[in-house]
Amino acid sequence: MAEQTALADISQEDAGKPDSAVLRDALGVGVAVGLSGFAFGVTSAGSGLSLLQTCALSLLVFTGASQFALVGALAAGGNPFTAAAGAFFLGVRNAFYGLRLSQLLALPRAVRPFAAQWVIDETTAVALAQSTRRGARIGFTVTGLTLYLLWNLTTLLGALGADALGDTDAWGLDAAGPAVFLALLAPMLKTFTERAVAALAVVLGLGLLPVLPAGVPVLVAALAAPAVLWAEGRRARSRRGTDGSEPAGDHEDHEDADAHGTAHRNDHDAHEEDR
Amino acid sequence: MTVWIAVALTAVGCYAVKLIGLLVPAGVLERPLVKRLAALLPVALLAALTAQQTFADSRVLVLDAKAAGLAAAAVALLLRAPFLLVVAAAVLVTAGVRAMTG
Repeated sequence: MAEQTALADISQEDAGKPDSAVLRDALGVGVAVGLSGFAFGVTSAGSGLSLLQTCALSLLVFTGASQFALVGALAAGGNPFTAAAGAFFLGVRNAFYGLRLSQLLALPRAVRPFAAQWVIDETTAVALAQSTRRGARIGFTVTGLTLYLLWNLTTLLGALGADALGDTDAWGLDAAGPAVFLALLAPMLKTFTERAVAALAVVLGLGLLPVLPAGVPVLVAALAAPAVLWAEGRRARSRRGTDGSEPAGDHEDHEDADAHGTAHRNDHDAHEEDR
Repeated sequence: MTVWIAVALTAVGCYAVKLIGLLVPAGVLERPLVKRLAALLPVALLAALTAQQTFADSRVLVLDAKAAGLAAAAVALLLRAPFLLVVAAAVLVTAGVRAMTG
């Protein structure tokens, strides 16, 4: 719904950007993010994964945050199940991107299993920023293809280069993982709710680290999301109780937050396009 | 072997959720509470992971050059720098601080 509003806004200005402009956006995002596969390759190899395991992750998982989370959890000594669970929960957001994209792109059913691998943050952002179905399809395909090729190529180079670099920590490459997380997180912190969830998750994630087995604190920290939602719901209910009236704008609040999120994505894209 | 188990589980799980999004009829995942939770889950996970990978060495809390690197990344984000530049800032500042402090 939010993206429909955004689409309507854009289409008032121009009835579809020329294909070349869509192509430029898509290539810009694809190249910039694709190159950071190098940091993943180095991090993964530095975490003790073999060349084959590192490349398998980029080819088969192909969602950066989950990949960084998995190798980080394994490096910290987590067991394979908690490590995979953390990576999986991070990947769940892609289901919701897919939901938006399936309406926007209207892909034939036979194509969907192939398109699915490219349903990630970046392709969604570029596709949603387009005003026509044709533009969205071009944006999705070009971003997906560029990113998939580059991400896998740079992963391979990074994993190979990790040996040549020797101590990767001396090069500061262990900071790449958390920096990627921060870059993905920052645009999500739009309202008080998101900030509260993030703050609670940080406290849980760090506070439980010394007392729980490796990999588990992150999963417990994920509970910050339902906890804050529950607290919000309680507050809304108690407000309703004292007023005796509908909590004005409670529902709208939520819709609003969502619209902001989407609008920001488009914003960010438009911003990148300016450069 | 355990690493391959983790790789396989993650690959299957992550592909499955991507495909589900494209195949499932719109109504199922469109319930407001489900959407809210799905939007907040990555916020919690990314925040916890950022903090842990910056301030922890396996299970011990530490304050080292990575904190400076992440601060640089945060500044780059505030300046609306592109993705690659944000990561580069974190890496370069971390390496720089390490080189200076030995």
